[in-house]
Amino acid sequence: MKNSLLLLSFLLLGVWSFAQPRTGSILLKNGNVLTVTKGALQNTDVLIVNGKFTQIGKNIVAPAGTKVVDVTGKFVMPGIIDAHSHIAIDAVNEGTAPVTAEVWVGDALDPLDISIYRALAGGVTSVHTMHGSANAIGGQCETIKLRYGSYNPEDLRMEGAPRTIKFALGENPMRSHGEGRGIQPRTRMGVEQVIRKAFAEAKDYDAAWAKYHAEKASNPRALPPVYNRRLETVADILKGNIIIHCHSYRADEIYMLLNVCRDFGVKKLCFQHVNEGFKVAPELADFGAGASVFADWWAYKFEVYYSTAYNAAILTRNGVVTSINSDDAELMRHLYHEAAKSQHFGDLSDDEALALITINPAKQLGVENRIGSIEVGKEGDVAVFDQHPLSVYAIPQLTIVDGIIRFDRQNDKKDMRLEVDPAQPIPAFNMEDHEHVDRCMQGTEDLWYYLFDH
Amino acid sequence: MRNKTGFLMLFLLLAATVLSAQVAKPRKGTFALTNATIETITNGTQKGTLLIQNGKIAAIGSSVNIPAGTETFDCSGLTIYPGMIDGGSTVGLSEVSSVSLTNDFDEIGEITPQMEALTAVNPNGAAIPVTRVSGVTTTLVVPENGLLPGTAALINLVGYTPDQMYAGAKVMVMNYPSGGRRGFFDQRSEEDIKKEVERNQKAMNEVFDQAALFAHIDSAAQKDPSLKKAFNPEMQALAKVIRGELPLMIEVNSAEDIKAAIKWVQERKLKRIIFSGVAEGWRVADEIAKAGIPVITGPILALPTRASDPYDSRYANPGLMHKAGVKVALRTSSAENARRLPYNAGFAAAYGMGKEAALRAVTIVPAQIFGVDKEMGSLEVGKDATLFVSTGDPFETKTQIKYLFIDGYMTPIDSRHIQLYNEFLNRATGVEK
Repeated sequence: MKNSLLLLSFLLLGVWSFAQPRTGSILLKNGNVLTVTKGALQNTDVLIVNGKFTQIGKNIVAPAGTKVVDVTGKFVMPGIIDAHSHIAIDAVNEGTAPVTAEVWVGDALDPLDISIYRALAGGVTSVHTMHGSANAIGGQCETIKLRYGSYNPEDLRMEGAPRTIKFALGENPMRSHGEGRGIQPRTRMGVEQVIRKAFAEAKDYDAAWAKYHAEKASNPRALPPVYNRRLETVADILKGNIIIHCHSYRADEIYMLLNVCRDFGVKKLCFQHVNEGFKVAPELADFGAGASVFADWWAYKFEVYYSTAYNAAILTRNGVVTSINSDDAELMRHLYHEAAKSQHFGDLSDDEALALITINPAKQLGVENRIGSIEVGKEGDVAVFDQHPLSVYAIPQLTIVDGIIRFDRQNDKKDMRLEVDPAQPIPAFNMEDHEHVDRCMQGTEDLWYYLFDH
Repeated sequence: MRNKTGFLMLFLLLAATVLSAQVAKPRKGTFALTNATIETITNGTQKGTLLIQNGKIAAIGSSVNIPAGTETFDCSGLTIYPGMIDGGSTVGLSEVSSVSLTNDFDEIGEITPQMEALTAVNPNGAAIPVTRVSGVTTTLVVPENGLLPGTAALINLVGYTPDQMYAGAKVMVMNYPSGGRRGFFDQRSEEDIKKEVERNQKAMNEVFDQAALFAHIDSAAQKDPSLKKAFNPEMQALAKVIRGELPLMIEVNSAEDIKAAIKWVQERKLKRIIFSGVAEGWRVADEIAKAGIPVITGPILALPTRASDPYDSRYANPGLMHKAGVKVALRTSSAENARRLPYNAGFAAAYGMGKEAALRAVTIVPAQIFGVDKEMGSLEVGKDATLFVSTGDPFETKTQIKYLFIDGYMTPIDSRHIQLYNEFLNRATGVEK
């Protein structure tokens, strides 16, 4: 009897831990609400019911049983979105060929990564976790929500978010393949041709399948083409089913990809890093391409030597949908501060600066109808700060994902690991804060040693 | 003929004026900053005028006599601060960090104390104007890697030669043998790390034994000019540390290493010790305070050193050490990102250090640690005119720097980043040519 009770409780525990709720309800009372899209509202309540904003206004009465948090004097903004990160994945680069569209970081999600909690502690609620930049056409990426606490990788996915894929121009693919392996591309000319070839082959591949589908009804002997996941994926890009997020720095290579995409009718395009985007801002705006930039990182490699920290401001003023991303587990924790730099390096308004880390990255990921602003009907992702989030002194207090509190500074347990890794090296001390390392090249260390140590 | 020459002269003069107007240069003079709020650091907040003469702060106060011919800047609504000092960087030593031939902070060899960082400072590095226009006027440039990578030098970010930039302080750098990993690319086995630490500790003890012996013999030899001295640059450099002529700055980060380093310097009775890095200082803050060793810590915008640590351990580190009674200065440990010093200080302030202590940690405290607090680190009459005028709190992100003076030179608010902004905000051509 005792044993069976124990067994039952274990079973229940098992069910509970594998089926944690993904949405919740909460009422935030009397805050300074920075909606981003509908202005700043003082002394305003925000109600989230079952993971969605249902009411924004004064004196809202919560349904019985709803958790109520007084946020008087505090600042409530939409959950921060990082359009470029490599957290919560076990693998970054499949650096074995210039085109690896078939791979997907969504197959390697790691819900135990402590970086997820640290990002939550910086007000981040959604992350575009990406393949690396070793290949001209890299792997597919995943848009996740930071539902830290679950052991189930599936809980991280932002269900229904559009598919995205990583492209990379310039030094990284040139170094990985041209210098590292002696195959194309070794130059920016080669990068263009690698992409054009992949696009052309995918077009032919798709035409072959279309021909087969047309024939097979009338001709039972029609042979299907050989299935090719790589070309299948590139064909999906050409059909507009996948958004390109392209690692890039120099103006000429950015301009090149605009031309290639125009030639193949590809419209869904967002440039990543894009340090020299400011030089071709009118061209980016004309195409309708997005730009996801660093606030002030530069000079860590030659192709970012002629950068300016005014990039975000110039792009914004030229009408380019611009976001500020981290590409780094540390920087990710203070994207609100990175956004504020657009008021030091440039003169963006509070709303324009906050848009760089909320509604604009949402647009670039194709989820602007779901997240990125505090509006009724949208998903209840919120970051609460003690001061205005554009102040260097602001400290995130509360981070809410789909109506569930995932970070609370008052209830931070110090050691927030979900699991102690038995393989963790001893001593556990590990420092990597020296200089900006190109995290996009993670997973290509062998090549690093080959290139720099030999 | 005379007319023609006159015309030519006039033309050349005009051309020179136009050209000089295009390139703004640092310039010396007598400058008065009037109606300002003056954050002196050492004498509270004052209102009034700050007068700069002969490169020095000549007067501060509400009734300053402004000499005839003084260039006056109305600073109503603006605040004057002493220039910020970065306690450790590679500004000027590194141009493009991934291009190894542009990096001059990492010489071959484990024991190269004779290397002089000042020698390799490029006064025309692109990062120098980029850094100084954010109010960071002065920085310790530090050689890196190996056990004894060389001598660091304090420089002002203005001047055309390293000697013009030199700000009067040097420290010997030592990297305490570390048992930690350097990052995701560090895939050494535990055994390899342990062996390397033991090897390096042995080397460290041997070289300091030798240096002590060398200093002893060298002192004796100096009394007899007839003795010929062997060329031994390593030992000659280290003898200065043994004799207490040069401070020894020990880079040490993990709690275990910090405790071991304290024991090591006490056993060797070494004087003028500074600890740098000190990422886990918060774990052993009382021990550091008790040992009376000043600390230069940073970057503050950094990840915890252990997965099990509180997420904000690095933000809170300077405040926790400060509260324990440690003398704390801040650094960026960067080249191109040294302009983030005020933001590192802002985070330190927010996460427990407080604004006042954080401001001291980038001004007077590093000046004291480097022994140049009579010349810089605060706004006092007689000190070097190294200061800036801003729209407010220099840590606050949106604050703008309006005027900049370094070592008496009025320095233009200009850098490649600003030039690119001016050119490309509204490009000459749109999409159509």
